[in-house]
Formats: sequence, C-alpha cells, structure tokens
Amino acid sequence: MMKQQKYFVSGNEAVALGVQRSRTQVVTAYPITPQTVAMERLSEMVADGELRTEFMLVESEHSALSAAMGASAMGTRTFTATSSQGLLYMAECLHYASGGRWPIVMMNANRSVALPWSIFGDQRDSLSLLDSGWIQVYVEDAQEAFDMIIQAFAIAEDEQVLTPVMVNLDGFTLTHTYEPVFVPTQEAVDAFLPPYQAPVKMDLDRPLNMAFSSTPPNNMEFKYQQHQAMEAARPVIAQVEQAFHAHFGRAYGGLIDAYRCDDAERILVTVGTVTGTARQAVDQLREQGQKVGLLKIRFMRPFPHEEVARALRHARAVGVLDRDISFGYEGTVFTNVNSALIGNKVVPPALNFIAGLGGRDIGVEDIEKMFERLAAAMDGKAAKRVEFIHLGVATDE
Amino acid sequence: MNNAVFSSRNMTEQEFFFGHKACAGCGGALAVRLALKVLGERTFAALPAGCMSAVGFIYPQMAFGINAIISTFAGTASMLAGMAAAARAQGLEDVHIVGFAGDGGTADIGIQALSGAIDRGERIIYICYDNEAYMNTGTQKSGLTPLGARTTTTPDGSVVGGSTTKKKNMFDIVAAHGIDYAATASIGYYQDYMNKVLRASQCGGTAYIHVMAPCPTGWGIPTEHALTIARESVDCGLWYLAEYSQGKYRLNQRPETFTPVEDYLRKQGRFKHLQSDDIAQAVRDRDARWQYMLTQWSDA
Amino acid sequence: MRRPPVREYPRPNHIRDYPCGPHFQAGYIVDKAAGWRLERPVIDVRQCINCLRCYLACPEGAIARQANKVEVDLEFCKGCGICVHECPKDLIHMTAEGT
Repeated sequence: MMKQQKYFVSGNEAVALGVQRSRTQVVTAYPITPQTVAMERLSEMVADGELRTEFMLVESEHSALSAAMGASAMGTRTFTATSSQGLLYMAECLHYASGGRWPIVMMNANRSVALPWSIFGDQRDSLSLLDSGWIQVYVEDAQEAFDMIIQAFAIAEDEQVLTPVMVNLDGFTLTHTYEPVFVPTQEAVDAFLPPYQAPVKMDLDRPLNMAFSSTPPNNMEFKYQQHQAMEAARPVIAQVEQAFHAHFGRAYGGLIDAYRCDDAERILVTVGTVTGTARQAVDQLREQGQKVGLLKIRFMRPFPHEEVARALRHARAVGVLDRDISFGYEGTVFTNVNSALIGNKVVPPALNFIAGLGGRDIGVEDIEKMFERLAAAMDGKAAKRVEFIHLGVATDE
Repeated sequence: MNNAVFSSRNMTEQEFFFGHKACAGCGGALAVRLALKVLGERTFAALPAGCMSAVGFIYPQMAFGINAIISTFAGTASMLAGMAAAARAQGLEDVHIVGFAGDGGTADIGIQALSGAIDRGERIIYICYDNEAYMNTGTQKSGLTPLGARTTTTPDGSVVGGSTTKKKNMFDIVAAHGIDYAATASIGYYQDYMNKVLRASQCGGTAYIHVMAPCPTGWGIPTEHALTIARESVDCGLWYLAEYSQGKYRLNQRPETFTPVEDYLRKQGRFKHLQSDDIAQAVRDRDARWQYMLTQWSDA
Repeated sequence: MRRPPVREYPRPNHIRDYPCGPHFQAGYIVDKAAGWRLERPVIDVRQCINCLRCYLACPEGAIARQANKVEVDLEFCKGCGICVHECPKDLIHMTAEGT
C-alpha cells in the first residue's frame, strides 16, 4: 500500500486537498458560508505555488458554474464549490451542466435555505435539486470528503457517465470539524486518476457547435441519454471504489453502507454526518439487546433502490431521518426510500422523522426516541407518519 | 490608440456563420457574420439565449463554422471567462474567445457577469448586438429600449405611449471599469465595425463592442432598410461611433450637422405614435449627450 | 470552400446514432433558405466595380466574391434587399420570384 501522509484538517480543507491532488485545471470560486474555507485553502495553495490551476474569483454562484461549464466544454478538469442560497442561485446551471454532459465536480456544504436566514446545516439545499441531473454523494467525515473528490472526477469523467458530481458535506459539522486525514502522494493519485481526456469538447481540429437547441422530435432522446448515463454510473461507482481501495486501502460500501442490519428488526435510514450519532445509538441499543440497525445512503442519485430494498427486506419497521421536508408531504429521502421499498415489494411500516433543520442538534437520545417510535409501529400501534423530532415547544397536534 | 484597419479585400473567403435561420435583413446576423470573418477560424464563440443562438443551433442545422456554444442567458461573459481560463490551462495560443449577446442579454440579465469579466481583465471580446428590445421573445422592452419606443410590453396606450425609460448607457458603464478596449459601432458602418473587431482582438485584454444592429421585424421597417436605418441612427446623432482605451475616449465621427431626428423616428413603426413633444425630447436628449461627449471627453 | 456544403442528415434509428449530449459538428447544414424569398436580387455584373459592399453587407453571406464580380447564392439568399441599397452604382434590383 502507498505511503500516505497524515494531515489534521477540516472537511473543507480535505476537499481542497482532494482538488489539488486531482490536478484540477480550472477552479471557479465564489464565497458562501460554510464553504469558504475550502476556497481559501485553494487560494493559498495557488499563492504558494502548490497548486497549478486557473483559479477564477467570479462574481456570483451562477457565474461560478457558468464559467466551470465553459472550461469543461473546452475539455479541462474543473471544480467549484457552493452552499445553500448559492446552490439555488446556480440552479439553472445545474440542469445545464448535466444536460451538457460536462463532468464538473462540485462540493456543496449542506446548509439550510432562507427564510428564515440560517447559516447552519440541513440538507434542504441539495435535496431540492435531486432532479437537476447531477450525481449526488453525501459524505460522513473529512477522509471520505477527500477520497470522494478524487473518486468523483473518476466517476464523472467515465465515458459512459459524463455527468457532473456533487459531493455534499454537512455544513459546520463536517466542513469545520478537524480530523486526521490520510493523503496519498501526488504520484499515487496520478496513478489512480489520469488526466481528463474529454471525448466531446471544443476542438480547433474538429470544431463543434455545443449546447444546441432541439425540436420536439429530437429532445427526449437527449434526456433518455442522461438517464442512461446516470444508470451507467451505478457499476462505474462500484468499479471506481474498487480501484480506489486497491490503490489506497479505503472503501465506503458503494451506494449505501449498512450497519448491523443483518438481523435487525428496526432500521433507521440516514444521510450524511448524523450517521455517526445514529451508529452510537445503535451500539447502545444493541448492548441492551435491541435488534436495531442503521442504513446510510451515500448516493441519492443514482438512487440505490435495489440496495435499499435488499438491506431493509427483513426489517419489521423502517424509519427515515430527513434533514429536510417537502412541505405538505414528507421528507424527500423518505419519499425515495418508500418508492424503493414498494417497487421491490418490501412493505414494512415506515415512519419519517424530520430532524436537524437549520442546525438543530440531533442527539443520541433523539435517535433512541426514533427507535422507540419504530418499536410501537412494529407492534401495530398507531404512529405519526411524519413527525418533527425535537421541536422546542408544544404544538396543537 | 490602435488605428489598425481591417482589409475586406484580403478577408477570408470562408463563411463562419452561414445557414442560420435569422429573419431576412437581420442586423444582428450581419454583426456575427462579419466579426467571425475578422477573427477567423481559431475562434471560440459563446452566445446566450437570444436571437443568434436561437437561429444558429437548431439541431441538426449548425450555422457556426467555428467552435461555438450557447450559454445561459445571464452567463455569456462568465462562460467566456471559463473558456478563456481553459484555453490558458491547455496552452492554446493565438485564439479568440468571443461572445455575442443582445441588448437584454447584455444590459439587463448579463451585466453582472460582464462586469466581473471586465474587472478580472479576461482576454475575451464581448460584442453586444443591440436591437433595442427582447426581439427573440417578440419585442419586449429591455434596458436598451429608447424612450418612447413601442414594444409589446410598452404598448402605445391611451394613457402611456411607449417606453417611459431612456436607453441605458452601456458604453460609459463599460468604460468606467477601465476596460482595455471599448467601442460603439453601427452595423450600417460595417467597415468601421470590422476595424473595431480587429482592434478588440489586438488589445491584449478585455474588449467590449456595442454595435447597433436593427431588427426590421421589431422596429417596423422594411428588411431592405436595415442598414440604411442603422446609418441614419448615427447620422441623426441618436447613436454615435466612439472608442475607449487606456483611459481615453475618441469620437470616430463628429457630424457638422445632424440629419433630422424626426425623419429617423418616423420611418419606424415603433415610433409612429410619437407626438412632436416626444420628438423634441429626443432631440434635447441627443444634444445633451453630444454636449457631454464633446466637453467631458477632452481628448475626443 | 467558401461556405459549408448542404448535406443530408439521416434520421437516427438508434439512441447511439445521436451525439453524446447536445453537441454536433460545426457548420453542418441541411436546410437551404431559398423558400423564404418573395423577391430575388439581380445584379448587373457587367458594370460591377467589385467594391464588395454588397458582399460585406449580406446578413446571410449569400453573395460570393468572384474574380471581378459578385454572385448571389440563390440557395441561401432570403431576399431581404439590403444589397440593393449598398450598391454605389445602383446595379442591383429586386425581381419578384416566379417572374
């Protein structure tokens, strides 16, 4: 195994290191809390000559992704980063980038969306853009953040995929938390991730007219291609992880990561850093002899519907923890999980726990409460389908 | 100031904007065609949503003979900047990165990205083809629609007649950034326009050209008069030919006398409803502008 | 070649026949514009001074430079009539199609 240097860095800094090790050729940057530190570290690397990249300080998030698309269309490896309001401001460009099949990698620091204003974490920003055609991965710690930036380029640039990847880090809880991160040498990363050879790009020898308009007889086919590419990403994600493991000795389980699910009667589904807290709760409940398990969804697109159904097929009750809500219905992760369960004819009682909005803490006791609710549902007792956990006041419900 | 002149005798035979579906007599199409003939085949173009992208990229009919891409409406200058960065990253030399955006795409929705690109000194050429309204969507008012003009969103009503706002002054806005090269032009004076495209390509930094490019459909003029009306807008003094570089302004044409503003306006359907007061206002605005240019641009 | 050739575009039968993403070969022309026209320009080339104003002013690029004259590409001329007003010698006039 390659020798790797141990750094003590935040999630943001791990991302910056990943961008550097990927030999990213063009980086576009616009500041927004809590993403800023990633861009500050990249700026320092450029200023100190540690990173040779075209580093662009642009005037908005819309421009950040617009410039990234221009650079990617010319065939360069391109990165940008954003969060929350910024992600929404560039929403038009998200659809555009995936439609253009440009393998841009973007970090998103998951943060609540105004109003009310909040700089703190939840996942309403990226989950509201699930339909924008980007591969979405949610990481749990700084090491995974570093590793997934490098893997994201390998996935996005695969000829069968050519689809942009959004690497999501929970704002503050991950972006600003310092952890040890093992960083392989540049040569080792080069061996894993060769330079990007764009199969479709603006080329002086073979000029293209790009991002054209289509008439109704020729439009759906391009959308079908995008869907196909997203489906093709499933095996590519697995292959890239295998290769990454062979090079660097780390793996994350692919699209999902099941924890103590094999004999579990009650399973909680999570996305992002809250998984750490949930794992602790599961361990404690297991010590008390309770058959509980945890399923972390890593990729929300392509959605691991078969993997989710397989992991949950023996559960007698399933809970989904959403750090978001689609008002008037339920959490988006819950909707996706339910669709996977029904589609695969796995239909245990399922409850949705809305928690951690706008940076509200989710403690081990909150997770235990969710498992209590699942125990009741498992026993056939009436339960609220969608429940806000840890509201600070009484309500009329 | 660069005085380079483009030789139309020696210009390339090749057409780089051909087979497009622009309306007959389109001033914007001519602005794109001529600029690309000046810039040549080592050119990368970006065009936002708007007439020239709508008529140039209808799959499978691809009207651009060079590398070209449609940008988002707001993203002409930012996409150009990204393309320029990628060209640097790949060591591409002797290439031109050019954008063609309409008046709405420039003065309204795209002004933020344009300002940022000038601020960074991007090596791009940004050409605004100004037909004074959102023509692609059917003639709605933009920030560059002149006072009094009838558009579909500033109709000639019984209470309000035409646009109630004046044309934004993009040339001054751009020059105020301290841009490397800026110019106004008229597609009617195409030799002057081509000279300016050449100078823009040689300025070594950010260049902006604002070319008046009439839209017969939106202006309510016969197609055959697209260029004569473009010249008349200059001759009557409502438009002007100027350049800015290295902090200095230059007027390329200083008419001794102006042709009548009223003649220019009366030829166009969009101004048909104007009263004599409105025309007097247009003349006053013209005179004030010329007074400003002649006195404030000391080196003009 | 002064302008791109007009080509056939075979309608795709399989999804693989489409380009990868909405990107296609530059200058791929399948349609002509002749059908747009109600009138066509006629140039009296005998007296042409080859000033090239009509050539420059054509929004379509449909006027070709020849050795000592110009020639209208009637497959792409849309009949706008701009060239009529650019000719300093008044050698271009419009004639109704079908006459």
